[in-house]
Amino acid sequence: MKILIDLLRYNREFLVGAIFLAVILALVVASFFAPYDEMMTYVVIPDMPPSAEYWLGTNSRGQDLFWQLAASMRNTLMFGVVVALVSRVIAITVGLVSGYLGGRVDQVIMAINDTLNALPNIPILLLLVFVLRDQMSWPILAVTAALLGWQHDSRLIRSVALSLRNREFTRQAVFSGMRTGKILFREHLPYVMPIVFYTTMNNLIWAIGLEVTLSILGFSDINRPTIGGMIYWANAHSAMVAGIWWWIAVPMVFVVILFLGLFMLAMSVNEYIDPRSRLARMGA
Amino acid sequence: MHEVLSKAKKTAVAPKNVLTVEGLKAYYINEHFGVRREVRAVDDISLTVQRNEVYGIAGESSSGKSSLIKTLAGAIRPPMRVIEGSVKFDFGGQSIDVYGEPEQLKPARWRHLSYIMQGSMNVLNPVRRVKHSFHDFAYRHMGLGGAAFWSKVRQHLERLGLDPDVLEAFPHQLSGGMRQRITIALATVCEPEFIIADEPTTALDVLVQQDVLGLIKDVQARMQASIIFVTHDMSVHAAITDRLAIMYAGRLAEEGATQALFDNPQHPYTAHLIGSLPRIGDVRVRKSLPGKPPALSDPPSGCRFHPRCPLAIERCSREVPLMQPSATGGRVACFRAGEVVAA
Amino acid sequence: MHGFLIYLMKRFGQFLFVVFTGVTLSFLIAHFSPVDPIEQTVSLLTSFGNTDPRSVELLRESLRELYGTGGSLLDQYFTFWGRVLTGDFGPSLSAFPTPVSTVIGRALPWTVGLLTLATLFSWTLGNLFGALAGYFRDNRPLKVLGVFVMSMQPIPTYIVGLSMIIVFGYLWPVLPISGGAQLNLEPGFTWEYVSSVIVHGTLPALTLVCVGLGGWFISMRSLVSNIVTEDHVVYAELAGVPGRTMFSQYVARNAMLPQVTGLALTLGHVFGGAVIVEFVFNYPGMGKLLVAGIYAGDYSLVLGVTTIAIIAVATAVFIIDVLYPLIDPRVKLG
Repeated sequence: MKILIDLLRYNREFLVGAIFLAVILALVVASFFAPYDEMMTYVVIPDMPPSAEYWLGTNSRGQDLFWQLAASMRNTLMFGVVVALVSRVIAITVGLVSGYLGGRVDQVIMAINDTLNALPNIPILLLLVFVLRDQMSWPILAVTAALLGWQHDSRLIRSVALSLRNREFTRQAVFSGMRTGKILFREHLPYVMPIVFYTTMNNLIWAIGLEVTLSILGFSDINRPTIGGMIYWANAHSAMVAGIWWWIAVPMVFVVILFLGLFMLAMSVNEYIDPRSRLARMGA
Repeated sequence: MHEVLSKAKKTAVAPKNVLTVEGLKAYYINEHFGVRREVRAVDDISLTVQRNEVYGIAGESSSGKSSLIKTLAGAIRPPMRVIEGSVKFDFGGQSIDVYGEPEQLKPARWRHLSYIMQGSMNVLNPVRRVKHSFHDFAYRHMGLGGAAFWSKVRQHLERLGLDPDVLEAFPHQLSGGMRQRITIALATVCEPEFIIADEPTTALDVLVQQDVLGLIKDVQARMQASIIFVTHDMSVHAAITDRLAIMYAGRLAEEGATQALFDNPQHPYTAHLIGSLPRIGDVRVRKSLPGKPPALSDPPSGCRFHPRCPLAIERCSREVPLMQPSATGGRVACFRAGEVVAA
Repeated sequence: MHGFLIYLMKRFGQFLFVVFTGVTLSFLIAHFSPVDPIEQTVSLLTSFGNTDPRSVELLRESLRELYGTGGSLLDQYFTFWGRVLTGDFGPSLSAFPTPVSTVIGRALPWTVGLLTLATLFSWTLGNLFGALAGYFRDNRPLKVLGVFVMSMQPIPTYIVGLSMIIVFGYLWPVLPISGGAQLNLEPGFTWEYVSSVIVHGTLPALTLVCVGLGGWFISMRSLVSNIVTEDHVVYAELAGVPGRTMFSQYVARNAMLPQVTGLALTLGHVFGGAVIVEFVFNYPGMGKLLVAGIYAGDYSLVLGVTTIAIIAVATAVFIIDVLYPLIDPRVKLG
């Protein structure tokens, strides 16, 4: 708690990031009090510019952009969180095990790690989206994205775990007959937690970016409001050409707020953990 | 007229002292999230080093000896800062006030003042050949054309018993002892008046250590250079230094001719350091001091050594002992100086 | 030389492994598709009124081999490999009856050119400014630049691209916002055509550079601020090595090494960015082809582009790995 107050007081990035994210979270909370079903169309007068009644205007599909935005934020964040959590489990497990075992095993695991890292995610995801077609749902997409997005983080975690391997307390634990799983979970996990936190932020940014990308292209469930989906519909109705600028401006502005908020938080936390920002280093 | 005057002025500031340090204080000042922390790594140190002299500085790790010589070499960076005092070099007429006019030092580096660093394993740029280091470090000081410069460098290497072909090597292709020898060659190729050697033998195994020490001694004798030689290893000091200063927790405890210091230590800490040296035929169990060196961010009051000192009296915890002339011709900072019997 | 050879073999092994994994993954994904792509595609084609039975049969056969309907799973797998190795993915549905390989062959140079240039630019500039910002910590302009570059970094490619279109296409219309070159020009090494390609590529490349710059900037800056405390830098400083040599030969050069490795590690992501950029700017490369293929339900094309993209990225990684010893002597001789 004290750390939190200190961060707010002395770290400008943290403050700005926290304010940005507070705005986003307020939207997410608001989404639960929406007066309309988010999936419904033509519930309000279409194409109204921002006004006192419709804060952010309405779109050509007769939806209030404020409530659309709120629901989109909730769905998009949900996607990001699921991806981040699932990929965390993989990244931590692979990183800790590889770092703890070291030697040959470590080399093999890291070779596989780098192989998966060298595969371009987007084409593979698109291929999957393509062959699954209508059976694609956001949880499947999230799990697939998680399976594709952990290698970089596991490498970072592994390099920390590698240095823990030869520490006194590890040997002591081994000699006292502690099971390997328990050593990793009880003794090593707390040490890698800071770096896990930092990589989670980055992973969240990546996952949300992925969702935005896929939805803009129309490769997700387009009826379920998401940030990228809003832009997709705006494009489909040629909002820019039709002069309904707010339709495209609203998701763009808020997605920037979301990303900057997450990014600044990640940066300031990183700085707090390691004043020399060593974690930004690539690999081991 | 002008010349006479400046000459007169120079004679006034002790001509034989190549280095004069007065009341030097250098602290690490850290401000992290609004909390200010001060680490007094160098606290009120005065000393002089004369021409053609090997001046040793001894002390445990974290006694501030590395910080001291970094400060002397004008190599400190924030968060470390000089709070008070001065460091002045006098290189045969050219005087340099390191913290008064810092820009004077840069052109004198390597020409007059060179450095042999601790952990010399990594001091050579890993991605460049050895010859590039020689070129970057020394070329501009020698005033020689390309061919003449390289023949001088090769000559110098040969004189130090090194194969000139090492110039073509990358650092990782050389052994630790070899790299250290190259560093010494690098530090002496411009024939500087003053060399600072920071634990130059620490990372080497004993046989190589001997060899490297011999090399440093040879070069020093030939060039009549002054050396500040820092190591925690008292036996190395006994072998190479003319005068010796003992540091404890950022301050000087004692200073004097090396021989006199070993024969007749005036400070209880000096006595302890010497007593911990193994001697042939001696089978007594070494006494170790209780406790450990104090944290420099929160040093004890009075004499910083008093919590561990076997001779401590009440006064030691109240008053800071100042450096006073000692019975053996050196200086010592202890209220009970002279009561020490070498262990 | 021996050490270098072992290094090369290892890298080549990794290259083969990446290609193998990628192609296998593509095969599996395609194979376990819940819909029957073959009949769907054929019916789609015939509904367009194309009834030349020979070419329809050709399409059906190639799809059958790509998606596998005959023989055991292993047989199908090997047939798929045969197709991949010969680069023969059958005719494309959306550009029927042009073979997929021809369609990809036309698109590939655009993507390779755009990505190579944009990546080189963002990598070089990001590293240069990052190194300067890490070395001259208190320089104001560099700090401002850092804030600017870093706040660009997390913003999705699409948003940056769209902003570029708004700024340079509508508000201040100086650059073309669509296509790879002027349409009425004959492709060739004429001044007119080449300059048109460059002008058309500017915005897509600028978008990619803006998105990529920040990451390199941040990591280079922190690398440099670590390296300046390393022994060899401190030592060179004590020797009074002049600032310029110091920065280029003792700091930047050493910090660059992990960045080269980093470049190889992120190429997969870079390709993802290209998909979006090509979509936004209607650029005639692999990314646009992929998206168009998906919209059109062109199975052979999608599979072909995915596979080729995987191989292309792996090749680029391999090239970087091979060049690496040129700048780090420790690999070659160690």
